[in-house]
Amino acid sequence: MQKRISTLPFQGTKEQQEQLFKVIDENGGKNGSVMPILQKAQEIYGYLPIEVQTMIAEKMDVPLEEIYGVSTFYSLFALTPKGKYNVSVCMGTACYVKGAADVLGKICEVLGIQPEECTQDGKFSITECRCIGACGLAPVMTVNDDVYGRVSVSEVEDILSKYE
Amino acid sequence: MYRSNVLVCGGTGCSSSNSQEIMRRLEEEIKKKGLDKEVNVVCTGCFGLCSLGPVVIVYPEGSFYSQVTLADIPEIVEEHLLKGRIVKRLLYQETIDKDAIHSLTDTPFYKKQKRIALRNCGVINPEVIEEYIAMDGYSALGKVLTEMKPEEVIQVIKDSGLRGRGGGGFPTGLKWSLAAQNDADQKYVCCNADEGDPGAFMDRSVLEGDPHSVLEAMAIAGYAIGATQGYIYIRAEYPIAVERLQIAIQQARELGLLGKNIFDSGFDFDIELRLGSGAFVCGEETSLLASIEGHRGEPRPRPPYPAVKGLYGKPTILNNVETYANIAQIILHGADWFQSVGTERSKGTKVFALGGKIKHTGLVEVPMGTTLREIVEEIGGGVSDGGKFKAAQTGGPSGGCIPSKFLDIEIDYDNLTEIGAMMGSGGLIVMDESTCMVDIAEFFLRFTVDESCGKCTACRIGTKRLLEMLEKITGGRGEDGDIEKLESLCHYIKDNSLCALGQTAPNPVLSTLQYFRDEYVAHVHDHHCPAGACKELTIYRVLPEKCIGCTKCARNCPVGAIHGNVKEHHFIDMNKCIKCGVCMENCKFDAIVRE
Repeated sequence: MQKRISTLPFQGTKEQQEQLFKVIDENGGKNGSVMPILQKAQEIYGYLPIEVQTMIAEKMDVPLEEIYGVSTFYSLFALTPKGKYNVSVCMGTACYVKGAADVLGKICEVLGIQPEECTQDGKFSITECRCIGACGLAPVMTVNDDVYGRVSVSEVEDILSKYE
Repeated sequence: MYRSNVLVCGGTGCSSSNSQEIMRRLEEEIKKKGLDKEVNVVCTGCFGLCSLGPVVIVYPEGSFYSQVTLADIPEIVEEHLLKGRIVKRLLYQETIDKDAIHSLTDTPFYKKQKRIALRNCGVINPEVIEEYIAMDGYSALGKVLTEMKPEEVIQVIKDSGLRGRGGGGFPTGLKWSLAAQNDADQKYVCCNADEGDPGAFMDRSVLEGDPHSVLEAMAIAGYAIGATQGYIYIRAEYPIAVERLQIAIQQARELGLLGKNIFDSGFDFDIELRLGSGAFVCGEETSLLASIEGHRGEPRPRPPYPAVKGLYGKPTILNNVETYANIAQIILHGADWFQSVGTERSKGTKVFALGGKIKHTGLVEVPMGTTLREIVEEIGGGVSDGGKFKAAQTGGPSGGCIPSKFLDIEIDYDNLTEIGAMMGSGGLIVMDESTCMVDIAEFFLRFTVDESCGKCTACRIGTKRLLEMLEKITGGRGEDGDIEKLESLCHYIKDNSLCALGQTAPNPVLSTLQYFRDEYVAHVHDHHCPAGACKELTIYRVLPEKCIGCTKCARNCPVGAIHGNVKEHHFIDMNKCIKCGVCMENCKFDAIVRE
């Protein structure tokens, strides 16, 4: 899947950089440490812009293209920032069969953005996610950690309005 | 000693319907009534009946409360725990027969199940190692380390007939013996917990409900092949499972069941967790190993197989979570016991995740050879909302569908392969008459297109072209010859892809073509979707005999496509209609149909 790359300016802080370097110092020497470090980096920054990838590559002394290759390969590594509220719709089979695509369409319509995008004010972003395993509650959407099961298209606006 | 144990499901299904909060409130309420010395609240793994969650069971009575809400808790505590009167209105209906209350194990959902891999799920607290030990946990490891030689362990697994539960069905004992034969300074035992098939969640449930069973089995495997290091590759989408595994590994280390010199036998074994990052292809063994090494998860040609050259170039075995969950039981009860369950070539049980249009969505474990009809109609309670069974899809995006004429087929690896479906990891999605088979094939193809790693042209470009052809057909633009082109491209992709992802990607198309070719023909030649699922091929129509002219549909239509006077029969202008279905949702008289 083609990854969307952020056009919003990078706003990393000194503290975040210190945290990142600490993680690299702790894990850097071990075999196969690239993935765990990228996962931690994403926790620190929320996403992996090229500036963060460059810092990791230089600090670990690994070619940037290798870091970039891994970052773009795995779908959980985001190259665009997430909104304050990330709205995620499960696109697993059970949810799909029960109308998840219509729910997603409605969310896009209400927020005016596409999946993998973030609204200009940084408030909302949308992701399509793989099966989260709550198939008994299909179709399922989540807003950050809140899970909404058996969602119908007509409920979408109400749910989103709670997070204004 | 407690007089009552209240078990609350802490699996992902029930957690998403608030079981953590329910547990907290239960404890609070029990304390308020001064029962906290007599009644114990236990957080367990998944009971299996996810559609009825959140689930609470009270022992010793075995009362099964389903879809419990926070408001119900004071009543359960006051009536049941304090006064000893079971709250009948909250019980799972199937456990009530007139005045008698049955145990959960007598309900249709559980009666036909045989739980080996899921034996402890929903029974023990997965975060307390002592509870696992009390259920014979780690005694298989003890037996192996103190009484058996590595080759004896492998022989038992071989004799048991256990086959890989991740989908491939490769004999587990054979895999172990291949790795054992290769001498090396370092070998690895890996666990594939990258459960990626949409609709399958048995591995997650085992890890959440009984994580130690996997750790124990990996240590046994390590002893059998001569490995000292294990890795569990688990997808990051399973936070509860990750957390419970971390706790379990920590507890096992503290008790000396992992680490140096286990059971004073001189055997060292430790396990590390590695988190995936959302790549479906990493379920393929060579991709998974590449990912543990920190690379892009791309597959490589085999041979050499991982048993010869795996992780970091060393002999490696990789088994699925559910496979490991069987190991300790086989060691304790013997190969003959395991052999006695199942069919001739598929031994033991298989866990299925029931989903889609079925009444009881959830997790079931049945002996191999159980028929699809038993699973769907008896255990699963039949098709939901009164629909009619059309097909079951197994094996996710690599699998195929089983039409109703095969409802009585005995499910095992070989029978499913023969009819063009596959066991896969055990996702079983039930579809009814409103599901369009072309649309479903398109859905799975969209998944594979997203997840193709891009290494092989046949898979990267082939699946994309296949998807475009399907989109053309479901979009009503199909032409003569399209179905034949689809078929030949399917075979090309199968023959020319390196790994299982590409080789099996066309299966959903091929198997729907095999059994539901008439639906493809209807889409292509008549531009009609018989199931009424493909938006561009459906129309909405007002039934004149039912329409009373209330104007509700016209007022709600977002594009003003509905006309008609008050108290007169309305019309839909198909040139304006965007087929959103709002009119149908709003009509109180069922006067609008989709065809």
